[in-house]
Amino acid sequence: MKTNLTVNGQQVQIDVEPRVTLLDALRDELGLKGTHAGCEHGVCGACTVEIDGEAVRSCLILGVQCDGTEVTTIEGVAPAPGEMDIIQDSFCATHGLQCGYCTPGMILAAKTLLAKNRDPSDEEIREAISGNICRCTGYGQIVEAVRLAARRLRESNAAAVEAGQ
Amino acid sequence: MKAAPFNYLRPASVTEACEALADDAEARVLAGGQTLVPMLAMRLARPSLLVDITRLDELGAIEDSGEGIAIGAAVRQAVALRSDLIAREVPLLAAALPNVGHPPTRARGTVGGSVAHGDPSAEIALAATILDARIVFLADGEEEVMTPEDFFIGPTVTMAPMGGLLTRVIFPKRPSGRVGAGFREVASRRSDYAFASAGAQVVLDAEGKCIEALLGIGAVGDVPVAVDVSGLAGTGLGEKDIQDAVETALEDLECVEDLHATASYRRRAAARLAGQALEDARVAAMGEAA
Ligand SMILES: Cc1cc2nc3c(=O)[nH]c(=O)nc-3n(C[C@@H](O)[C@H](O)[C@H](O)COP(=O)(O)OP(=O)(O)OC[C@H]3O[C@@H](n4cnc5c(N)ncnc54)[C@H](O)[C@@H]3O)c2cc1C
Ligand code: FES
Ligand code: FES
Repeated sequence: MKTNLTVNGQQVQIDVEPRVTLLDALRDELGLKGTHAGCEHGVCGACTVEIDGEAVRSCLILGVQCDGTEVTTIEGVAPAPGEMDIIQDSFCATHGLQCGYCTPGMILAAKTLLAKNRDPSDEEIREAISGNICRCTGYGQIVEAVRLAARRLRESNAAAVEAGQ
Repeated sequence: MKAAPFNYLRPASVTEACEALADDAEARVLAGGQTLVPMLAMRLARPSLLVDITRLDELGAIEDSGEGIAIGAAVRQAVALRSDLIAREVPLLAAALPNVGHPPTRARGTVGGSVAHGDPSAEIALAATILDARIVFLADGEEEVMTPEDFFIGPTVTMAPMGGLLTRVIFPKRPSGRVGAGFREVASRRSDYAFASAGAQVVLDAEGKCIEALLGIGAVGDVPVAVDVSGLAGTGLGEKDIQDAVETALEDLECVEDLHATASYRRRAAARLAGQALEDARVAAMGEAA
């Protein structure tokens, strides 16, 4: 089935069987391997992407269901090749990752949280990543990473406002 | 973890959806997919056709239908959670919703899909049972309206009519008076499937005396159950009042045992959660103007 969607700002068409999940379509049709396949049945959150502004498990949505939607994957988070955005950089700064398997999902979950809430409490951060399993870092540093990213985003906004932008 | 092949239909109307379901006994409704897609991946379900109802505007509303607050089958749990109408008129459902899965599963999962699936630990099914909501199906061109008590008959076993489409769930509006709701559960991780859960709603008079109390327990048995705590009416909902009422109400509670929890753990947890949910409900009701 032919399906048109926007992935990381680019219009794409995929032609997949209905049983192909968005996760598999991203990885196998579009070559975007940054979205990780963990459990493939909705438990781990490794496959989290953003669809129309919401964090969603890409293993639990069929590719054909994404017709007309806007999808952002980890490849679409960085401002330019070789650079990192504020959230990614904050994960590095706080040692919010070790093996990195869960990290794309964690970052997309954090991104959608911070787009709606620039000053989340630790409770709200934990809620946002409650469906994402990390098997090595431990959640403390991940929460710290999101908290740091939130602060940096607030400060960068404040600087932009002061500069009259 | 790859699903077996199936066809996919995105119907343009409820009528087209119903026709497709009536034509093919192996067809299945796809709502949020947060339960069905894992079942497909594990090949626990092998439908021939999925009928995707999530883009049907006819099923997308949360509205005051006069008889109650009607939630269309395409309404996502995240949307219901943000709804002022639900927060105001169905406080128990509003209290239950944050416990349903995680933000990414609520962004897709629907209120109707949760009811249609009939998981014994489903918080929405428990809220529907406590409040005696109405579950509305469309099958063979006829509407069938069921009570939760009649509809949920076993773990993920329901009285859904063959080839039927759940179109909406209607929750009764809050009674008058000072109303408060509480919802508590234990799960292996925050807001995942519960091992035991309790929901409560109380109505207080101006002095803080209880006029009406409702309580229900989920996740411990084959179906969510409403239990009788009408004896709390007339009391001040003190610690002892609540403890005694819960003890009596849960005397015959049937609890199942599985690899997550023993029956006796579930029973103890249910009693504790019930007490907490009632106390939360009392505190919330006290916060309302007399
Ligand atoms: C990690 C994770 C955690 C979760 N935690 C919880 C939890 O704590 N509590 C909880 O209650 N749920 C939980 N869920 C499941 C919840 O997210 C689902 O949303 C819900 O169970 C089903 O709703 P759905 O819209 O996704 O339905 P689907 O998955 O699309 O459908 C489920 C079943 O209902 C049928 N169906 C759906 N809609 C209709 C309709 N309108 N008419 C007829 N049949 C219909 C389908 O054919 C299918 O058999 C969790 C899921 C995941 C992945
Ligand atoms: S791979 Fe999607 S939730 Fe685990
Ligand atoms: S960094 Fe290894 S799973 Fe999270």
